[in-house]
Amino acid sequence: MADTTHSPPGAVWRARGRSRRSTRSVRAVTSAAVVGAVALAVLIVPPLVQLDEQAVDLALKLQPPSLAHPFGTDDVGRDLLLRCVYGLRVSLLVGLVAALVATVIGTAVGAAAAAFGGWTDRVVMRLVDTFSSVPHLLLGIFIVAMFRPGVWPVIVSVALTHWLSTARIVRSEVLSLRARPYIDAAVSGGSSRWRITVRHLLPGVLPQAGLAAVLMVPHAMWHESALSFLGLGLPSHQASLGNLVQTARGSLLAGDWWPTLFPGLFLIVPTLAIAGLAGVWRERINPRRRSELML
Amino acid sequence: MLELLDITAGYGRGAPVVRGATLTVAPGESVGLLGPSGCGKSTLARVAALLHRPQAGTVTLDGERVTGWRHRAPRARRTSIGVVFQQPRLSADPRLRLSDLIAEPLRAGGRRDEVADRVGELAHTVGLTDDLLGRRPHEVSDGQLQRACLARALVLRPRWLVCDEMTAMLDASTTAALVTVVEEYRGAQGAGLLAVGHDRVLLERWCDRTVRWPEIAVAV
Repeated sequence: MADTTHSPPGAVWRARGRSRRSTRSVRAVTSAAVVGAVALAVLIVPPLVQLDEQAVDLALKLQPPSLAHPFGTDDVGRDLLLRCVYGLRVSLLVGLVAALVATVIGTAVGAAAAAFGGWTDRVVMRLVDTFSSVPHLLLGIFIVAMFRPGVWPVIVSVALTHWLSTARIVRSEVLSLRARPYIDAAVSGGSSRWRITVRHLLPGVLPQAGLAAVLMVPHAMWHESALSFLGLGLPSHQASLGNLVQTARGSLLAGDWWPTLFPGLFLIVPTLAIAGLAGVWRERINPRRRSELML
Repeated sequence: MLELLDITAGYGRGAPVVRGATLTVAPGESVGLLGPSGCGKSTLARVAALLHRPQAGTVTLDGERVTGWRHRAPRARRTSIGVVFQQPRLSADPRLRLSDLIAEPLRAGGRRDEVADRVGELAHTVGLTDDLLGRRPHEVSDGQLQRACLARALVLRPRWLVCDEMTAMLDASTTAALVTVVEEYRGAQGAGLLAVGHDRVLLERWCDRTVRWPEIAVAV
């Protein structure tokens, strides 16, 4: 302690900067490792080990975690580890596709609203406000209810309810980019509106839109789980994280913790990892926040 | 002739920034516009460059009255005026390499076959090396970037140049170099120049005549 108080202030600042950087890289490395492990698991395990959704072995029902079944078994004797991996695969698929579709819709709508401006902008953004005023889980339930249960209705429902925030982000970003002198220079250089949008505005909002998409993946996974938990998402025999938690509710009251805990962890840990990566990315594309914190 | 007659311009619904300004630049002439910061010089320069539609007043370019600004102006008319802005950082798309930055107006006009020749020629004129041409804006200094911005303004051989505080962010030697480039271009092409700034000494040495802000505008 005595050393620290007597050393020049510069040394203290340097030390602090170094420790911050290492925290950040620890977060980046951990998140990347988890995301990598998850990606490997959902890509490699299903082709190696087939999951028979209908297989029932009542002799093995509700076994606590053991070497043969590291996550235990569920109330009809199915291995929970395998079902968790399969469930994660479905959740990730829904999350990725829904986030991608929502981002494309949101970017197109937001960029169009900002690029056309005037009445188009006003009408489109009031429509966005109107949709946003309906709780999106409710809207999602409404959309899912129109179709037979399955993966695609869930994806459509999540995608159609989640482009609104991206549209807002992209619109405001395009509006701020449009006021930069380099857009003036492009106008003066003879670029058409279309060329300015494609060459200068869209590449400019791409990092923000990409960040919104990555942050939306976990959100979309949670929506899939919520819909399945409510019995509206995927068919109840299909392994999905929401269905797993839903079926585990009964056994949790009887004191069997593992059918709830492990699917829950499978939902939470990848979510945190993806959010961690997104956080690192956000600091890269917007380093001002970091430097403000360091002051 | 580039004539601005009784121009009133501003932003939004507030009071106009420029009121009743009148200014004329003859072909081949260089006019310096002097004024304190915040008086509306840049706004007037943007009006003259067809980038900002005035609320009132007329702009006449080569004898024809201008009726549309920005994209409403025909491309040929827009590109007959080259513009250099004050801050090179903000007037260069951060994703483009300097060579692409300079070539952008040619590409936008579908003249891709001229890109290699013109970029090489202009890079030599403004003093950019091949190494610098391959870098992005954040990898070069303000002065180097402003050289690229000047090259971009000259790439389509405009008949008019509007330099809005072109040298305000630069050191003396870069300032001298860029002014020389502009003057050589004007000598070769006979282009008219509107140079906006607050550096009286520079503008009086650079331009055929200088006008002070209060002389051209109605006092607000």
